[in-house]
Amino acid sequence: MTDNRTLRWFLFAYLALVFVFIFAPIFFSVVFSFNSDRFPTIPLGNFTLKWYQTVWNDPDVWEAARTSLTVSLSTATIATALGFATAYTDYRYSFRLKPIYLGLVLLPPTIPLIIMALAMLAWFAKLGISGQVMSIIIAHSVLTAPFAMAIIRLRLSQMDPSLEAAAWNLGANEWSAMRRVIVPFCRPAIISSFCLTAAVSFDEFAISWFVSGLNKTIPVIILEIVTGNIDPQVNAIGSFVFLVSMTLVIIAQVVLMTRRKKEN
Amino acid sequence: MVAPLVEFRSVVKRFDDFVAVEDVNFTIDAGEFVAIMGPSGCGKTTTLRMLAGLEAPSEGNILMDGRVMNDVPAHERDTPLVWQSLALFPFLTARENVEFGLQMRGVGAAECRRRALEWLDRMEISEFAERDIASLSGGQKQRVALARSLVIEPRILLLDEPLSALDANLVIRMQSVLTRLQRELGITFVYVTHSQSEAFAMADRVVIMSRGHISQIGSPKDIYRAPANRFVAEFVGRNNIIAGAVTKTAAKTVTIEGSLGSFTVQTGQHDAPRKGDVARFVVAADLAQISVKKPKSANVIPCSLISEEFIGSIVTLFLEAEDGSELKVQLQERELSKVDLKSATTTYLSWADEHGHYIGVD
Repeated sequence: MTDNRTLRWFLFAYLALVFVFIFAPIFFSVVFSFNSDRFPTIPLGNFTLKWYQTVWNDPDVWEAARTSLTVSLSTATIATALGFATAYTDYRYSFRLKPIYLGLVLLPPTIPLIIMALAMLAWFAKLGISGQVMSIIIAHSVLTAPFAMAIIRLRLSQMDPSLEAAAWNLGANEWSAMRRVIVPFCRPAIISSFCLTAAVSFDEFAISWFVSGLNKTIPVIILEIVTGNIDPQVNAIGSFVFLVSMTLVIIAQVVLMTRRKKEN
Repeated sequence: MVAPLVEFRSVVKRFDDFVAVEDVNFTIDAGEFVAIMGPSGCGKTTTLRMLAGLEAPSEGNILMDGRVMNDVPAHERDTPLVWQSLALFPFLTARENVEFGLQMRGVGAAECRRRALEWLDRMEISEFAERDIASLSGGQKQRVALARSLVIEPRILLLDEPLSALDANLVIRMQSVLTRLQRELGITFVYVTHSQSEAFAMADRVVIMSRGHISQIGSPKDIYRAPANRFVAEFVGRNNIIAGAVTKTAAKTVTIEGSLGSFTVQTGQHDAPRKGDVARFVVAADLAQISVKKPKSANVIPCSLISEEFIGSIVTLFLEAEDGSELKVQLQERELSKVDLKSATTTYLSWADEHGHYIGVD
């Protein structure tokens, strides 16, 4: 029994350490964002909203926030639409080269980001569309569509295969069946995949940095600020980014989980 | 002459190399309750799906009201199907499920609602109208599925093993619900099942399928009393199948000699076999007699009692003949008390001449 208890304590401590390593930097970044000292040192100075005010009054940050928002919402829309289409193709049809098709669809996340970013830049430059907001959207859609596909595909795999045919049988043509049965069935997965792809796009740095040109996103502007000098405003921006991403991820999780509970 | 409601003309269905349905011909009249029965993989569900337009025949034609339906897509047919899995829409309430077919037919919202509630009421589940599907019991889901199909007022309802997920008591109750509905509505039911008791309890006519072919079509009584061939006789069960070589043929009778003895039976509608062919006949278990004294009949098989099985007031006796083959006799419990089987070492199974039913050669 003692062995068992020791092991349990050990595993518990290990788990706690994992969380500490993941969250401590974020936690301190949030703490320092309210700290009046310019340098992140302990003991802390006074509580202040100074850094948030600086950020608030910085038109560059506003511009970046607007770009980031546009990019992540557009990316989420495109990636979820693409992901849904590929997942449905996989669900509905069987064809000879399907394993290759699926392999290609799921490939982008396995490519190192920096390689992908360089390739995107070269490709966009050739097409003459680099350095635009649109180029970031396209690149992010390529990166995140496989996630959307995986989430929606999982949902479709839980669907009674007769469901779609039942809709046809009751008088729905292919489009009505899609709109009235397949999409509603996949709705939780669609919402989750929208939130997750938006979150990934919102945080993504490497590709944005390469292809954004003058249209900086939030992660790009953070890097620009910290390369210039040590400036606690990055903590304020970082806290904001963290808040947005976590909100999106939590929404995605909650939507997926409540649905599952309801169906069981 | 009025065209039958449904007609299958030489219908073949192939999936790649596999032939699921081969040269199927039959008709269904308006208002009939037809059961299509057979073991799994016999093509019964494929036949039903072709009728619903969910599969296209590879060859042949399927007609409804004399019109060839082969190219009519599923959503343009009024052939609602009650699915084995029920296939209710889990994200809709019971009422919304029932409204679906009406909405697809462009019925207005208020009218949809009224008719859906009317059907839920008729199926005695109106109190669950606004419930999620997941919160309903098996029997309630079944009723929603029926209401969803019947609300569009079809002339034909297709059912694909709809009761297979229910427990035995509920099956009996749903059977009476189905037969009553079918009589009241006067529409055609086509019911696919592997369960003989369901088919025999409800259907006017039974189509028995085996490996993509139709083995026999007839009333439950015809099929039970006069199986057309060995497959049907074995599938229906409760039969003693006796095989042997043909030793003598005469007008309308044939003598078959096997390890159980030599017996003469009527050939009925079958072609006369040739001498030496291996032929079979059946004696239904409930038409066979058992006795401890050797009866005078020409159709006697001596055997010994192995076991008995009580199902309510019916008793099935399992007997073993001298050659080791198993035979069955079914009788009322009160009749059994008249026969003193316990003390006898040898019992005699016998049958009247007219109860030996010839099922041909194979």
